[in-house]
Amino acid sequence: MEITSQDFKAVSSAKLKDEKLQKALFQAKDGFVVSRAKVVKELDNFEAIRQAASDVRDHCLAHLDEYLEAWESRAQAAGTIVHWAESYEELNAIVVKIAQDNRVKKIIKSKSMVGEETGLNEYVEGHGIEVKETDLGEYIIQQAGEHPSHIIAPATHKSKEDVSELFAKKHDRPRLEDAEKLTHEAREILRPHFLDADMGITGANFMIAETGSTVIVTNEGNGRMTTTMPRVHVAISSIEKCIPTLDDFALMMRLLPRSATGQVISNYVSMTTGPKRNEDLDGPGEFHVIILDVGRTRVLGSELREALRCIRCGACMNHCPVYQNVGGHAYGWVYPGPIGSVLTPAYNGLENAIDLPNAATLCNQCGVVCPVKIPLPDLMRKLREKQYEKNLKSKTEKWSLKVWAYVATRPKIYSMVTRVMARAGKIVGGNSGRIRKMIFAGQDWTKHRDLPSPRGRTFRDIYLNSKKINKG
Amino acid sequence: MSARENILARIRSANKTGKASDVIGGSAADRLTSSPISPIPDLTGNVTDRFKQRCEDAASTLDEVYQMEDVPKAVSRYLTEKELPMSLVCWPEFKNLSWSESNIQFESRGAIGDDKVGLTGSYCAVAETGTLVLLSGQDHHATTSLLPETHIAVVRRDRILKTMEEAWRLMRSEVGLLPRQVAFISGPSRTADIEMTLVYGAHGPFRVHVIVVDQ
Repeated sequence: MEITSQDFKAVSSAKLKDEKLQKALFQAKDGFVVSRAKVVKELDNFEAIRQAASDVRDHCLAHLDEYLEAWESRAQAAGTIVHWAESYEELNAIVVKIAQDNRVKKIIKSKSMVGEETGLNEYVEGHGIEVKETDLGEYIIQQAGEHPSHIIAPATHKSKEDVSELFAKKHDRPRLEDAEKLTHEAREILRPHFLDADMGITGANFMIAETGSTVIVTNEGNGRMTTTMPRVHVAISSIEKCIPTLDDFALMMRLLPRSATGQVISNYVSMTTGPKRNEDLDGPGEFHVIILDVGRTRVLGSELREALRCIRCGACMNHCPVYQNVGGHAYGWVYPGPIGSVLTPAYNGLENAIDLPNAATLCNQCGVVCPVKIPLPDLMRKLREKQYEKNLKSKTEKWSLKVWAYVATRPKIYSMVTRVMARAGKIVGGNSGRIRKMIFAGQDWTKHRDLPSPRGRTFRDIYLNSKKINKG
Repeated sequence: MSARENILARIRSANKTGKASDVIGGSAADRLTSSPISPIPDLTGNVTDRFKQRCEDAASTLDEVYQMEDVPKAVSRYLTEKELPMSLVCWPEFKNLSWSESNIQFESRGAIGDDKVGLTGSYCAVAETGTLVLLSGQDHHATTSLLPETHIAVVRRDRILKTMEEAWRLMRSEVGLLPRQVAFISGPSRTADIEMTLVYGAHGPFRVHVIVVDQ
């Protein structure tokens, strides 16, 4: 997928004024947050489980080569054909080659974020092969010609009215108003495709080294369909998705659905080990897994390596005040929210996503809810430091920081300047107690909000005064 | 060098330069053989009760019968109550039950697109999450639990386990190499992709009915 993260500032300004989007975001805001809180509270030892998962992910990354080799040999023993890809083009080309070798005309797809990274659909369609997304959210945005705005709720930016209009037009059927009817219309339209597609493509939430299996976690059942009905199944994944054992998988499953949608488990957890066996009655005759490394090994060797613990639950974006206000598209690439603000510059280069590490208030909501304890605010701070070192900051910002540093390290000047500003601020704020418009570097800050004005005296003055009173 | 070799080499060198923290320690081979269990939540109390509660939470319905011969009557009860057609496709293990006595037409085969009701067994079930565990393999069509609008599953009471970890332990001792598909099913298919409105029957069954058999 093409990266447009450079436009973050402009796009997010536009998104804040987009009434339809704001309504959709407001509606989605509490859903996942509230249900997550409920199911997390049910566990008496959530923190211990979370720590264990974080430790397992670290252990796994520290021995990633061994686990991938173990996974590969067991997968191959079960008849899986394993491919490795070092670039998006390479992965896409492998998929098309498999399709062509098997004379595939139609592909059904269960959602894959790696597929979004590589721009797989466009590439495959460019070779004259039909691709149908089957996750309802992915299906909606494929019909609309858009990209997902959330990693587990891809069409969360769309209102029911948007979907009504879209389906009526694309399905050439009477307009439906009700979410249930719309969902069932999509079911009816997609069912024949499940039955006659030649190939299924899925992602893989995890690869399990102990058994050489891949796992997908879904609620709709489209994942199970995609891995069962067509004669060829291709799973695309990336190196960091590998975990050691089945019991480690059980551990991850206590966290992933809880953190993602607030469920104790997702409806369908489908684990695939190899293609159809001799004694099997159904399943694909060929099973391929393509393992991608774009950016991952670079992150592994960097100070951002904790980001690779990510199990793609989306909790960080659900809880992020910035994401909640601008939505996923503003981030300009596959992964939005705090994890996107780390992965996008880490995979695509900081110079291509300059604003993303700043698209955070560092409130640490993301760090608190992350099921594998990724210190997201720390990682964003590290990227901010890099921006400064690499001279990627604007002149105004650098100049402002220099002035600040000069003043802040000289107590007498600091005291004088703050005293003047506290008084001036009080006058500017007037009766309302709010500053509506700042100048210079502050003008962007007050574009979308007011600054509470100072009350006229600095903390230092009040503190010194109270000391005097206490002594006196 | 191949992509595989390049990637593995990059991982090794990254793990040398990057700060690889590993509080668990030990080698990959150790963990793969010993498969240690991580912290598990407190699950004291009756296993069947927990399973029943979790099934309900996951929007499955549940019935209990004494023995396998009682299954057709339970199925008939359910289909009548839900006003569903009295015919089904089932796994071969159920073909010798007395279906005609309960006025149910049955066919022992995999499901196709138009079948309305599918009856399967289950390898085991997990009480912690109200989950059925189905394995693909001889006589186990995956389509039966997937294509029909209603999925009825029979589970033996002594196969209701506490956790997924216990299910893995059982499979390691009884099955060995995992079958092509291990399917964990927890309630009917659902989605909330349109304005977070929960809708059942996204692509899979609209209804899941669990029949627990005592013996």
